[in-house]
Amino acid sequence: MISWYALVGAVEQGLLYGIMVVGVFLTFRVLDFPDLTVDGSLPLGAAVSAVAITHGIHPLVALVMAMAAGFAAGMVTALLNTKLKILHLLASILTMIALYSINIRIMGGPNVSLLGTRTLLDMLPDAGVSGYGAAVILYGLLAAGVTIVLIWFLHTELGLAVLATGDNPRMITAQGVNTHSIILLGVGLSNAMVALSGALVAQNQGAADVNMGVGTIIAGLASVIVGETLLGRGGVARGCIAALIGSIVYRVAIALALGLKWGTFAFTPSDLNLITALLVVLALMTPFIKKRWSRL
Amino acid sequence: MKRYGLIALMFVLACAPVTAVAKSYRISVSQFVEHPALDAVLKGFQDYLTEEGIAATYNIHNAQANMATAGQIGTQIMGEKPDLILAIATPTAQAVAQAFKKAPHMRKTPFLFTAITNPLEAGLVSDLEHPGGNITGVSDLLPLEEHMGMVMRFFPDLKTLGVLYNAGEANSKSTVQGIRKIGAEKGFEVVDATVSKSSDVYQATKSLVGRVDAVFIPTDNTVVSALESAVKVCTEAKLALFCADVDSVKRGAIAAMGFDYYKHGRQTGAMAMRIFEGALPGDLPVESQKTLELHLNLVSARQMGVAVPQAVVEAADKIYE
Repeated sequence: MISWYALVGAVEQGLLYGIMVVGVFLTFRVLDFPDLTVDGSLPLGAAVSAVAITHGIHPLVALVMAMAAGFAAGMVTALLNTKLKILHLLASILTMIALYSINIRIMGGPNVSLLGTRTLLDMLPDAGVSGYGAAVILYGLLAAGVTIVLIWFLHTELGLAVLATGDNPRMITAQGVNTHSIILLGVGLSNAMVALSGALVAQNQGAADVNMGVGTIIAGLASVIVGETLLGRGGVARGCIAALIGSIVYRVAIALALGLKWGTFAFTPSDLNLITALLVVLALMTPFIKKRWSRL
Repeated sequence: MKRYGLIALMFVLACAPVTAVAKSYRISVSQFVEHPALDAVLKGFQDYLTEEGIAATYNIHNAQANMATAGQIGTQIMGEKPDLILAIATPTAQAVAQAFKKAPHMRKTPFLFTAITNPLEAGLVSDLEHPGGNITGVSDLLPLEEHMGMVMRFFPDLKTLGVLYNAGEANSKSTVQGIRKIGAEKGFEVVDATVSKSSDVYQATKSLVGRVDAVFIPTDNTVVSALESAVKVCTEAKLALFCADVDSVKRGAIAAMGFDYYKHGRQTGAMAMRIFEGALPGDLPVESQKTLELHLNLVSARQMGVAVPQAVVEAADKIYE
């Protein structure tokens, strides 16, 4: 039903998009700031890194540049919200639609191909590791690294201020913390992670495309909630890890939907989204089923 | 024991000729989005192979316009280990090409792309004449001279032409650059109206009313999927609407020179046939559409208030009235 390649591919995608999901978790759950900028900052990261690579910049440096661009995009949303008092949802929508045009500007067109250029993937054989599983391990290390750094950060004094800004802005203001700069930092960080995710996806997929951001926030929120349902809520560390796992589960659900034999079941390829949704519902039902079983 | 051996031998002998004659191919397809033109490509491909007597089982995937899913379909196909891979439209072809990098066992599997305007810019091949490796395909690069020639048969002294497209589609962008170049030679000005999603088409078409002599829609996935809104605006405003694919004529454009995506698919099928007969994909040059057709919709012409020259009616391959 699902081949090893498809499963590995799904885990790969789950890990790459997982960095985005952890970023969404940071705004959505920690900061309590629903941020739709991600639909624009994911292709922004892809665009910046793709253009950098085609200009001969090292793929790793390109990732850092993508993160910087993402951070700036997040700051724009946060500034619109805090300084101009635009509702967070609208502020992020404005940045998102503006980024569509900006991304085309950056790429000089809607699509930049990375086929035939040196990306992160091509560095693996040089380092002496090859094979289909190598990329998964690399992405796993990257995703885990980013998640661990975020968890560590949220336990520093500054990180605790971010948590408090989301939980109880009045209390933290009384403590003498400027919530505006904390929101700026938090939304910026979140979008830096989303852009990093986009840059990695582009390098993995062989192209940056202006339309690759469509549906990012949907996948992000779905993954956060799937993760929470499976692992339970509580604590930022658990939340971050749950977000990453939720992302993998979400992509595996898509791989399962793709692997269903269409012909014999009278499914058509256009049913893909429906089946994905049903599989996610199934995953979300597991805690209930578990509870039932333990009661019996 | 001996008897079982004999039965087994008879069984093998009985089956052998059958398997030798009906070699069945497994073909995996990655299509980017549901869209009449792209669906027609797939149908043309399948019909051609069926008519040639090729028994094939298909694994058809559709990314539903989602790039992330397109990437996953790439790896999915590597796991299906088909005899041939067909990618329809640029993003899916790029995703499949990238998936190959990580699946060394598939290096010899033929990979055909189709409905791709610029295989060079998309990074799929570096040489159209000698693609090399396991990849080749059919490009739907528009013969723009022919298209503009058709519009100018309706409007011999065309001054301004509106072009409706999505600035986010790589194919359309290169097409519009080409139209602008022809306009400079033939003495008409190009006015762009861009959309970023299907729901923008109505408003974008309205923005052209009164500013242009005629509207031309290239093979733009976003605009073509919402063609009806453009037809509606053009009918109300008595503005001539031309398209670059003949499927759109049935849906209300006045005329299109061109592209029958069904035939495009059949041409791709013919390439697959040559590969099944033993040709190496890398030796087959990337092809472009061979036959062009003129389709004409007289009902739309009347509604949009456009006089159809008798010569055009006579030259038409298909007329809707």
